[in-house]
Amino acid sequence: MAAPLLELTNVSTHFHSPAGRVRAVDGVSVSLEAGQTLGLVGESGSGKSVLARTIMGLLPSYAEIPEGSAITFDGHNLLTMDRKARRAISGPGIGMIFQDPMTSLNPVMKIGQQVYEGMRHHFGTSKAAGRERAIELLTEVGIPQPDVRVDQFPHQLSGGMRQRVAIAIALACEPKLLIADEPTTALDVTVQSGILDLLQREQRDRGMTLILITHDLGVVAGRCDQVAVMYAGGIVETGSTRSLFARTRMRYTQALLDSIPRLDRPPHERLKSIGGRPPNLITPPPGCRFAPRCAFADAKCEAGIPPMQADEADSTHRFACWHPRDPEQATEEVA
Amino acid sequence: MSQVLLDVRDLVVEFPTRKGLVQAVSGVSFELRRGETLALVGESGCGKSTTARAVMQLPRPTSGHISLEGDDLVAAGKRDLRRLRRRFQMIFQNPIASLNPRKRISEIIEKPLKIAGLLDAEKRRQAVEELLETVGLDPAVAMDKRPHEFSGGQCQRISIARALILEPDLLICDEPVSALDVSIQAQILNLLEDMKQRYDLTMLFISHDLAVVRNVADRVAVMYLGRFCEVGTSERLFDNPAHPYTRALLSAIPVPDPTVTPKPIEMIQGDLPSPISPPSGCRFRTRCPVASDRCAAEVPQMRDLPDGRAVACHHPLIGG
Repeated sequence: MAAPLLELTNVSTHFHSPAGRVRAVDGVSVSLEAGQTLGLVGESGSGKSVLARTIMGLLPSYAEIPEGSAITFDGHNLLTMDRKARRAISGPGIGMIFQDPMTSLNPVMKIGQQVYEGMRHHFGTSKAAGRERAIELLTEVGIPQPDVRVDQFPHQLSGGMRQRVAIAIALACEPKLLIADEPTTALDVTVQSGILDLLQREQRDRGMTLILITHDLGVVAGRCDQVAVMYAGGIVETGSTRSLFARTRMRYTQALLDSIPRLDRPPHERLKSIGGRPPNLITPPPGCRFAPRCAFADAKCEAGIPPMQADEADSTHRFACWHPRDPEQATEEVA
Repeated sequence: MSQVLLDVRDLVVEFPTRKGLVQAVSGVSFELRRGETLALVGESGCGKSTTARAVMQLPRPTSGHISLEGDDLVAAGKRDLRRLRRRFQMIFQNPIASLNPRKRISEIIEKPLKIAGLLDAEKRRQAVEELLETVGLDPAVAMDKRPHEFSGGQCQRISIARALILEPDLLICDEPVSALDVSIQAQILNLLEDMKQRYDLTMLFISHDLAVVRNVADRVAVMYLGRFCEVGTSERLFDNPAHPYTRALLSAIPVPDPTVTPKPIEMIQGDLPSPISPPSGCRFRTRCPVASDRCAAEVPQMRDLPDGRAVACHHPLIGG
């Protein structure tokens, strides 16, 4: 098997706040082979965006990555490099797209300039060549009249078009890894599928590795090879998309799937909601972090953190749960 | 069939801007029967929130008739409107921004009673406590806190309590769960369903999320660029859309099942036309895969199909 393009080993990110140390990401290990698509799923505050920013090196000054964390990208340990060396590797090597294309684009810089800014910085591309390449990229991401748009400003474009520009910027340096952090959350559903199709096409055509961060399990289901579910700073279940949906083991993953309203269900059906809310990450519960909200939790769950274990049918499908769901059983009643 | 609570006829809402007149809602008619939940769905900018706000008289519509069991809301004077407002209340998308950050929860929920001049201080406090309990918050803990001390889901519970304290007939919900996480969204949707039963509510529910709408609505109205495309029971409309736009919206929803491959959306990609100069004829025609010359020339009128729904399309997808 080829060495993974990205490997996170026991990665934690803590924030110093007046109230104490916030364990936003706590001991995440995940590895991703080149050309794969990973869906990183979780609710607000689960740590998925902080994890993305940790990989990108975009953390604020009050963040701390504790000893023992390692991020290996393309053979380099990003966390032990100095800033300049890291920038030379991950600057052109990793691209990122953010949720809100209005705030991630510079409102007072022409679109074309924003597209080739990275190329100029990393490869010393000339302005003329950069502008040409920008027009090509804008064409590629489906912007009509790219030769006109290249000299326009972000406010002259709709939300969906701005997100396409953000994708063009992220692709400009031919990254090996693209991280898309909720790229369609701010967009309408009819625009969403176009953006996701574009990301998927670029990923295939370029053989790029893609991390798609979303809170929407529907987005992940149809478009990712692998899924990792995060809860309260940690990955609680990960595996191939097919196995994770078909043989869901971790109770939180199942509860999350159950709480989604679905088009194939009758109207007014009572939704299975998850009671309570995610824990405070300054003083997280000592055992399983989902235990306080879990219908299946007992004393064991409250006492000790469940280790990651492999599913019997598929060893790459791993989960952290003391009382995992029996995947052979279709429905289970709460004990 | 139960009686009509809200009757909206030929509603028009326009906003003058420097670039021209924005035609946000262009002639929308519907009725809402007692105990029913009608959902308005559509993309951003389709006029669904503007329609809801026009019903609330926030601001008053440009033209059209809105009556609440015979009381004309558009014609009502300020004082009459204030009296009538007890009967229709609203909850908003952003639960934190819709609560005054400087007030205590008890003051926020009590305010509508005070404005209406109902009950004395002691009775009001009692009513607030009872309602907090009903919406799933502990009054002993919540009463004296301020909104920032609560999560988004809890703030939405507080907004619901504030809207229900006057025991309105009509509750207008404008994207009430869009800002919430899925697990919290399910809690609030269940709570709204409970409140509907308990207080005998009629609901106008605005959402862009068709799966949420499928769960809450009896009937659904699909809106595009200020006009209704299709109105019908949620089963009919979802299982067998008649308007190409309804079909497009449905085809765009990601399904949480990896065995289902995402299909291309059945709509011409492109931006929503400007509501300042909307397309002639059918407003959806510029993105419609089945549009013909007739669609550009003639505005399709709402007409009833044999199965009880109404559709505004020259080329509906099912016979009619």
